[in-house]
Amino acid sequence: MLHTVNKSSFERNSLQSCLNTIDDSSVILLIEDGVISAAKNSKSFMLAELATQGRVYALQGDVEARGISSKLADNIKLVDYAGFVDLVIENGTAVSWV
Amino acid sequence: MAIKKFMYLNRRAPYGTVYALESLEVVLIAAAFDQDVSLAFMDDGVYQLVEGQKTDGIGMKNFSKTFHALGDYDINQFFVSAESLEERGLSVDDLMPLVWEDEDDDWAEKPSIKVVPNAELTKIMSEQDVCLSF
Repeated sequence: MLHTVNKSSFERNSLQSCLNTIDDSSVILLIEDGVISAAKNSKSFMLAELATQGRVYALQGDVEARGISSKLADNIKLVDYAGFVDLVIENGTAVSWV
Repeated sequence: MAIKKFMYLNRRAPYGTVYALESLEVVLIAAAFDQDVSLAFMDDGVYQLVEGQKTDGIGMKNFSKTFHALGDYDINQFFVSAESLEERGLSVDDLMPLVWEDEDDDWAEKPSIKVVPNAELTKIMSEQDVCLSF
């Protein structure tokens, strides 16, 4: 499954709810304000393990818009919109944690 | 018209919602009426001031550049929460170098951004006539 998160983990619990619910083969794509969770900060621990497993993606345009390109946490994979489409195709059912 | 102290409290990241852009619009309105305006940035609002925002990839206007113009409207009090910056792994060096020119000091350029602890923000807030939240 593909899980998209579009809220900052500083503002909403969307990412936490997603993490509490996903199975071992799911991947997460951070979009819109969700990319704030892709930056190195006091919430980075939430995604560190999954990122190590190569299961955390962030949408490049949203990362660049928020000026955090140089501050990404380790092992976060950047994708463009075409990459977003690929993730949807590859991972079956998609869930939006809005 | 009597001059009042207006503070704009910004707590949202830019682009994901319209709050940040709307706040800027209202700030400019207050400036047009020669009010005493200050801006506070806390929580994800600190991301509004981060240097190097590049919005080509999301097809939205990069309004961060507007902050550079506020000094010319005598808006030069930007208070940024130290705690909010630290939680996000940011420091003042990651923020745009916003400046204003001090008429009373031979037009010397001075920094507009001041990083303050939340306790000081509380005090600054209590001194306002009006506080508007975005």
